[in-house]
Amino acid sequence: MIISRKRFLQVTGASLLVAAGESRTRAFPGLAQGEAPALRAAELKAGRWAMVIDVAKCAREEGCTLCVDACHATHNVPAIGDRAREVKWIWKDSFHKVFPDQENEYLAAEIRETPVLAFCNHCDNPPCVRVCPTQATWKREDGIVMMDWHRCIGCRYCMAACPYGSRSFNWADPKPHVQKLTAAFPTRTKGVVEKCTFCEDRLGKGQLPACVEACPEKAMAFGDLLDPRSLVRELLGSKYSIRRRPELGTKPEIYYLV
Amino acid sequence: MFMFEKAVVGGRRYWIWILCLLAVIGLGFAAYLRQLSQGLAITGMSRDVTWGIYIAQFTFMVGVAASAVMVVLPYYLHNFKAFGKITILGEFLAISAVTMCMLFIFVDMGQPTRVLNVLLYPTPNSLMFWDMLSLGGYLLLNAAIALVTLSAERKGVAPPAWIKPVILLSIPWAVSIHTVTAFLYSGLPGRSFWMSAILAPRFLASAFAAGPALLILLCVLIRKLTHYDVGREAIQKLALIVTYAMITNVFFLLMEVFTTFYSRLPEHMEHFQYLFVGLEGQDSLVPWMWASAILAVISLVLLITPGARRNEKVLLWTCGIVFLSLWIDKGLGLIVGGFIPSPLGAVTEYAPTIPEVSITLAIWAIGFLMVTVFYKIALSIREGFNS
Repeated sequence: MIISRKRFLQVTGASLLVAAGESRTRAFPGLAQGEAPALRAAELKAGRWAMVIDVAKCAREEGCTLCVDACHATHNVPAIGDRAREVKWIWKDSFHKVFPDQENEYLAAEIRETPVLAFCNHCDNPPCVRVCPTQATWKREDGIVMMDWHRCIGCRYCMAACPYGSRSFNWADPKPHVQKLTAAFPTRTKGVVEKCTFCEDRLGKGQLPACVEACPEKAMAFGDLLDPRSLVRELLGSKYSIRRRPELGTKPEIYYLV
Repeated sequence: MFMFEKAVVGGRRYWIWILCLLAVIGLGFAAYLRQLSQGLAITGMSRDVTWGIYIAQFTFMVGVAASAVMVVLPYYLHNFKAFGKITILGEFLAISAVTMCMLFIFVDMGQPTRVLNVLLYPTPNSLMFWDMLSLGGYLLLNAAIALVTLSAERKGVAPPAWIKPVILLSIPWAVSIHTVTAFLYSGLPGRSFWMSAILAPRFLASAFAAGPALLILLCVLIRKLTHYDVGREAIQKLALIVTYAMITNVFFLLMEVFTTFYSRLPEHMEHFQYLFVGLEGQDSLVPWMWASAILAVISLVLLITPGARRNEKVLLWTCGIVFLSLWIDKGLGLIVGGFIPSPLGAVTEYAPTIPEVSITLAIWAIGFLMVTVFYKIALSIREGFNS
């Protein structure tokens, strides 16, 4: 079959348009800004996204991992048994491990061992973004620290820079370890770094982050720090809160009510 | 091409050596193919120790590369004639070492096919971007210098005048490669072991001891094999450089120890504790680190004692000891020790796996192969010797 030049251009042009329409999926979530507004009618927007976690509420149900399960299922996070090589976006660890600087010898054992949620702090001054040699990780205007798994070269400099251990590297192909594939979200390949994205794809559809939605105790509040009437500001203005290692100047945007 | 014909003529001993190196390279290449298909899971690295022997060797070899400046500077800037026969050897050592550095970085990448993204999306705020530029530039500078000076020598003419500023530029450039390499580590919040302004000076001091020590060993080996003699004065002067650099290096290390242990900042102390006495019962690097420390002391005694330094037999041992001590310190403890404990206090040990070691050895073999071939070319042109 011989295709005329005109016909070729028509076909390729049409397929490019279709591809452009379909590319509004989550393959490059951070690049999605500037799209047709109609597609983003219900989008949740903020000047500065942040999370406030009520540690006591979170610890109420012993052994609860609903938020972790929801996150990992939504984002096809592989379940790798080996602790040294595991991939995790959000996890529970004991208080003294999440807040090593808050420890003292006589700290009540129940506080010491209280499980606390840990994940990416979406720092305002993120060292991971500073060191990344390819801009595969970057901070959005609304504060979300994003990852492009297609650009990441797997140098792991961001992991050396992150003082919170929030980043995971795919030491091997993660796909065999994804228990139930969520088709709406991409899987990753071996050799790239991944982490929590504050569910920016869900925000785009007007949904709250999966972990926030999954919590029966409403222990996680998500909202706009720049809005004085937001729930996060209300909580921070009325209760005592701490952050993980603020002395490092990273300006973490996850707050813990203790 | 590049007087390469000189490298393919040689005696039996030469070819056996080359074949041995190729065998090691072949084994490492097979291991690398496995790494390519299975990922970095075949290494001993983990989410807590994210850089291992590849990056540690890279760091050490940047030092060896930078140390060429210790022969280039006296010869070209101060017209120190005794280094006339040794300078070209230093330059070729630098070229080989920089190539090894690049290979060590390359094999550490999770997605090696995307490595050019570093140049495609230039990111001035990332030290890795600057490291790539400075290493690449240093390789080009030294390759140009060696090629131009050697071609001129072959034709029996003086090297062109324009090469002089290139040579002068290579001097601060050598300092820059190791400074930038130290900056890779010393600006990371939460990594207290590296969070030290003296890391870059310490890197340079240890480089200027380890590099010239290796060069002395190579020169004596060459004299044994080929009768190309760089001369006693050159070797003795290099030995003096090793002496001062080693003293400076140990001095810098002790300054680090003082600030760490007098301040008693736990985060800073824990890394030294892990390396020298172990932490939470994990102590696999302890014998290595003590070996490094003891070897450093022995080498200092031998270097500072004039009689021992001037005795060439003793000096060779001393150089071996210096090199080994610094290799353990920088090529093993400095990088791995920075990750243990993790910023969250986790003590996860690291040991390279067999495939990881064979890839590492293969890169060393590539370095040795380059040194062999380059030295063969250089000496063939210089002395017209055969085999």
